[in-house]
Amino acid sequence: MKTNTHPHHPDITGEMWTRMDEIIANGKGQPGSLITVLRECQEVVGYLPSELLSHISHGLVLPTSQVFGVATFYSFFSLTPKGRHIVRVCTGTACYVKGIKEAMGRIDTTFDLKEGETTEDRRFTLEGVRCLGACGLAPVMVVDKDIYGDVTSNKVINILEKYE
Amino acid sequence: MNKIRMQLMLCGGTGCDSTGSERVREALLQEIQKQDLAGEVEIVVTGCNGFCAVGPVMVVQPEGIFYQKIKPEDAAELVEEHFLKGRPLKRLFYKEPGSKDIIPKMDDIPFFSSQMFRTMRNKGLIDPEVIDEYIARDGYFAVAKALTEMTPDGIVDEMLASGLRGRGGAGFPAGMKWKFAKQAQGDVKYVLCNADEGDPGAFMDRSILESDPHAVLEGMIIAAKAINAHKGYIYCRSEYPLAVKRLDIAISQAKAYGLLGEDILGSGFDFDIEVYQGAGAFVCGEETALMRSIEGKRGMPRPRPPFPAHKGLWEKPTILNNVETLANVPQIILKGGEWYASVGTETSKGTKVFALSGDVNNIGLVEIPMGTSLRTLVYDIGGGVPKKRKFKAVQLGGPSGGCVPEDYLDTPIDYEAIAKVGAIMGSGGAIVMDNRTCMVDMARYFMDFIQDESCGKCTPCREGTKQMLTILENICKGKGRPGDIERLQELAHVVGRSSLCGLGQTASNPVLSTLRYFREEYEAHIEQKECPAKICPDLVHFEVVPDLCKRCGLCFKDCPSDAITWKKKEVAVIDKDKCIKCMSCYDRCKFDAIL
Repeated sequence: MKTNTHPHHPDITGEMWTRMDEIIANGKGQPGSLITVLRECQEVVGYLPSELLSHISHGLVLPTSQVFGVATFYSFFSLTPKGRHIVRVCTGTACYVKGIKEAMGRIDTTFDLKEGETTEDRRFTLEGVRCLGACGLAPVMVVDKDIYGDVTSNKVINILEKYE
Repeated sequence: MNKIRMQLMLCGGTGCDSTGSERVREALLQEIQKQDLAGEVEIVVTGCNGFCAVGPVMVVQPEGIFYQKIKPEDAAELVEEHFLKGRPLKRLFYKEPGSKDIIPKMDDIPFFSSQMFRTMRNKGLIDPEVIDEYIARDGYFAVAKALTEMTPDGIVDEMLASGLRGRGGAGFPAGMKWKFAKQAQGDVKYVLCNADEGDPGAFMDRSILESDPHAVLEGMIIAAKAINAHKGYIYCRSEYPLAVKRLDIAISQAKAYGLLGEDILGSGFDFDIEVYQGAGAFVCGEETALMRSIEGKRGMPRPRPPFPAHKGLWEKPTILNNVETLANVPQIILKGGEWYASVGTETSKGTKVFALSGDVNNIGLVEIPMGTSLRTLVYDIGGGVPKKRKFKAVQLGGPSGGCVPEDYLDTPIDYEAIAKVGAIMGSGGAIVMDNRTCMVDMARYFMDFIQDESCGKCTPCREGTKQMLTILENICKGKGRPGDIERLQELAHVVGRSSLCGLGQTASNPVLSTLRYFREEYEAHIEQKECPAKICPDLVHFEVVPDLCKRCGLCFKDCPSDAITWKKKEVAVIDKDKCIKCMSCYDRCKFDAIL
């Protein structure tokens, strides 16, 4: 069967393929399962390389155009590799008013890292996210799963230095 | 057996969690065990308390004493002094920012005392992960009433009588929606809950889901009974992991109790709920786009009619209500629509939750009766603007809304009254801005947001917002040209009138409302190439005023780009070529010597 042959990809191990085949099998034939399958596969690999998207489209028996269309529509999905640490800065209104722009400027001057980019050493990926709903702590930054509040331009570098 | 004499309601909402409430819980637990109080004092981790600004917060019941900004190091003293010896710890009491008064009890704090809790009645009082605590506060009584005593028509009539309007933004009467979906033909129907809270600056839905998830489930079950649906989805943002987790727990507990699933309460009625996680697209807050997204497609809106009440998810009759709307339903069914409508104005009934944030002292969630003035919201509850700065405007309704300036602060909170001053009720984000906010930059910010989130399906929204953004960016960079204001107005008119969905139709509101009240700021940017609020980097140059400089060197220490030269007892000097305009020095100078 075609779904059992896996395209070669340096970032995807055999064990990852096994896990993803299970995810795809669960979603097969279920209307509306595409977004869930993409999410779960992204959790396994860290991002969605185009070889993987083709594989998913075969597995779910969906047009490749639809799979790519959905994967590129939603900001949650990434077709490029991410850094070891995902830095998500909130660009919601409250954080904006309280100075997240200045903090992002400081990140750029220190790490040469702009919104949507990954540092060359894959240490950080900087993402601007829409309101995290923690406006009480504005400006807010989330590094991996740690939430930091009151991230002014003075504090932001000290926080990031902790992540290697 | 020991009797619990004290309950510590520790907030475990996202706000307090990030300021360390979990570490506080561990420390408290350790100290309680050390003092051998485990049988007498109990820690309850609750959902969001609402007063996020001073977190982590904890309310000690039954006394009602409110502790703020608790650190793990405080645990030993707190347990020994208060819980063992009965002497509340004054050090951690709330202090009123203006008067510096110390207020020990939660109910006496102005932030809480002007509020009326209906939607958020259980916040901070129950453990959201334990269904029994919800049931103990009359939880699922409304489901029992709706399923065993009421007809679908009776439920819809009660909803119509309540006057409850959609809390997601548009304000369409919820009862009407239900009525249309009830009348629609079809054996398969759906109830959807919109938990894709995307407006920046709005976090009431997150808080409700985290602190009282069962109220939303209950509202959905009642809605399902009204229209005879057997399947429901909660479309929740993936940015809200805690909300998703608590919903999953709540659903499995409700199923275990026979309150969800097949034959609910033995009434023969079946209804099941599934949580569907969004994947990050603001436009999915629009109802038809949200349904497309659940179908696993790109979340793009489609023209209406047909309305979702007739053709919604999978082309079946569907009702979609927002989290806050649904959380109101159980009490309306239990206490009656008339009770609900007893509060509010002529056209807007009940209460509304606002997420108060920005440049305001008391940041957090606030529930107030409709008809309360914006001034009460900003000053009495919000405690005014901090750092002795001046109030400039309050932004309501997120990227579809507008700014309300000082002169209109006495406007009552009411769908129509707010629309009249150029803003919208929206989902309830209220962002206070002080005189250090540039209104042109604000308009640019929202246009950037909308332009980025536009799904690209219809031309006016896709292209029009892009053109408006370009004009606004140019104005902020000092490249504004005469006629730009008129061009913006014309584009705003076209985009507003001809866009397919609400996103584009309201996209110009932030521009139009700032033009209406702060036109002179636009003119200053375009004609004098000046940013009066000193925000737009290209129009600002920082300089030290020698006469005002106290030679303290604080600006020098804060400068990240070595642009400031300073020696002891000498006036600081800013090198304009090296300056990155980060405003560190401007903020740091206590003597207003940097201009």
